[in-house]
Amino acid sequence: MTDSLSFLAATDPVKLWTFIIVGASFALYIGIGWWAQARSTSEFYVAGGQVSPLANGMATAAGWMSAASFIAMAGMMSFMGRDGAMYLMGWTGGYVLLALLLAPYLRKFGKFTVPDFVGERYYSKTARVVALVCAIFVSFTYVAGQMRGVGVVFSRFLEVQVELGVVIGMVIVFFYAVLGGQKGITYTQVAQYCVLIFAYMVPAFFISFMMTGNPIPQLGFGAELKPEFLGDSPPGTHLLDKLDGLSTELGFAAYTGRGSKSVIDVFCITLALMVGTAGLPHVITRFFTVPKVRDARISAGWALLFIVILYATAPAIAAFARTNLITTVSNTEYKEIPGWFQKWEDTKLIAWLDKNNDGKIQYAKGKPFEKSKDNKAVVFKADEKGNLTKGDHGQNIVLNAPTDNKNELYIDRDIMVLANPEIAKLPAWVIALVAAGGLAAALSTAAGLLLVISSSISHDLMKNTINPDITDKQELNYARYAAAVAVVIAGLFGIYPPGFVAEVVAFAFGLAASSFFPAILLGIFYKRMNKEGAVSGMVAGIVFTSAYIIYFKFLHKELDTAEHHLWGISPQGIGAVGMMVNFIISLVVCHLTNPPPEEVQDMVEDIRVPRAD
Amino acid sequence: MANTEPQKDNRRAYWRENLTIMAILLSVWFIVSLLLSVVFVDQLNEMRLGGFRLGFWIAQQGSLYTFVALIFIYVWAMNRLDRKYGLEEENKDDSNHKDDE
Repeated sequence: MTDSLSFLAATDPVKLWTFIIVGASFALYIGIGWWAQARSTSEFYVAGGQVSPLANGMATAAGWMSAASFIAMAGMMSFMGRDGAMYLMGWTGGYVLLALLLAPYLRKFGKFTVPDFVGERYYSKTARVVALVCAIFVSFTYVAGQMRGVGVVFSRFLEVQVELGVVIGMVIVFFYAVLGGQKGITYTQVAQYCVLIFAYMVPAFFISFMMTGNPIPQLGFGAELKPEFLGDSPPGTHLLDKLDGLSTELGFAAYTGRGSKSVIDVFCITLALMVGTAGLPHVITRFFTVPKVRDARISAGWALLFIVILYATAPAIAAFARTNLITTVSNTEYKEIPGWFQKWEDTKLIAWLDKNNDGKIQYAKGKPFEKSKDNKAVVFKADEKGNLTKGDHGQNIVLNAPTDNKNELYIDRDIMVLANPEIAKLPAWVIALVAAGGLAAALSTAAGLLLVISSSISHDLMKNTINPDITDKQELNYARYAAAVAVVIAGLFGIYPPGFVAEVVAFAFGLAASSFFPAILLGIFYKRMNKEGAVSGMVAGIVFTSAYIIYFKFLHKELDTAEHHLWGISPQGIGAVGMMVNFIISLVVCHLTNPPPEEVQDMVEDIRVPRAD
Repeated sequence: MANTEPQKDNRRAYWRENLTIMAILLSVWFIVSLLLSVVFVDQLNEMRLGGFRLGFWIAQQGSLYTFVALIFIYVWAMNRLDRKYGLEEENKDDSNHKDDE
């Protein structure tokens, strides 16, 4: 073992550091899982309701920020420019709704799950079952992407098979989620938050300092560029102004200006993401874990603060990465390209096809080449043994069919975060840290989602719908079996990803926005709301939203353009309309039917004040 | 249960004030996120904030900081309101998770 380690250290310090740091972080998660075993259903579902608001804030933040937030978001934003704000606001603004409209009241209600609230507030098993089916569906769509994320991080940094990476991730989550339930998950999430935020911020500080001399990225991307990045611009040019200029020069929209989406579409997408965030069961459940109503309020504040530390850094990284990419790569001879380019070329995250044979990289708007026949974004020429054949300039040879625009450069958005440490010439251990951070982000989100699935099955289905006579011990066992089965199914999704993962994520937010959010909101703020109204509203919201998404994303992909959309609203933003449909139907049906029973109205009165009677 | 009339009035007054606080904070939320950052962003982009265009800065930075501030203001206002109406929670250590029936 020591021999192979020293061999590794000599050949590849990054890999050695990755083994050490990822291994140490996994050992920590397992240790916490062992220490925080759940002994009752209350501990399994809500960590006994004894989590401190600060710890809950960290756990919520870690559970919220997924592999996609960590790895893909900054890259996505660097290609979207200003429009990227809809994701930033969508995924943070929802916490304001959550803190002001839902969290304190659900905490006072004091049960375990979201279907619990819907079922009791609307005195109906049907309502509970509708809610639990939604909760399971939303959580599974989300978790599939997380397990895949674990596999991808493993394969990129440690060069193991994606499948093996998924299995390793499954084993780790299995251990602490099945043993510890929410209790184990909460405390591992606290550790995972620390790992992921450190891993995200360190490269960001260095890149900001390298490009502008200001180490704080949030200030740096509004600062003046250092001379070596100025190109032909006068000294004192601000980074964003330079980036606007570079973007328009190459034929893109100005980075800080209007993007390709219409105002109404951006409006609806932002709103749908915000409302969907507030309605996602794995987020709401976290507020059941703190001791008091007061704690639920403040822990929403901590959660958002911890999230915003990363989310406010992402647009800065996006701007740095884009500026750096364009200035170092555009119109540069391939032979003079920095080393990180070649390293990431081998992973197919970046590729160059010299269309005009001048040996220089031309970067412009448009796809550089088509996907291959078997739907691969990049195919490189290789000999029978699988060794890549190099072109005249030392580049990997792209076999995809070229398009007829000028662009010669293919860039995967993930590279913007993954290659950051190398672009900033940071030491090997920082690169390893990014790997550990990506894994922490994926595992923490997956665990929270798995808990929602398992509690929906053991608590809402077994205990409260099928067989109310089971003991606490039996229910706990069901919860563990359900968690175990869910881990395995999620892992299978990770190994055999359904082709539609990207499409179904819009589903998760759309469904949460059009089903849970209105039902819970009306349940708290409108005493007269009854089960007929709530159930028909949820069903109408879900049917409308899913029909719209299925029509454009699965049945008629070719029609998925602004002119065919309803009022120009894309499937991503349709949840906002679905929410309105839910509200309207709920209110109309509610007024045509009888008011809810006295004791339900008393319960609503009761959850509106913090003091227990 | 709070069944006497004065107790009920007290709770109603508490709830009304709570709704007012919420309405004010949510208006700010709406204005900053959906109006300033989406609807009027191009007009705001004509102005500058240091090295940023103002609309861009509000959309990608300012709105996020506003959200955080809104929640902490809400926490402060609600804790004060709880005390004003004598409806704050008792300082007991055990959780008030109710047992399932």
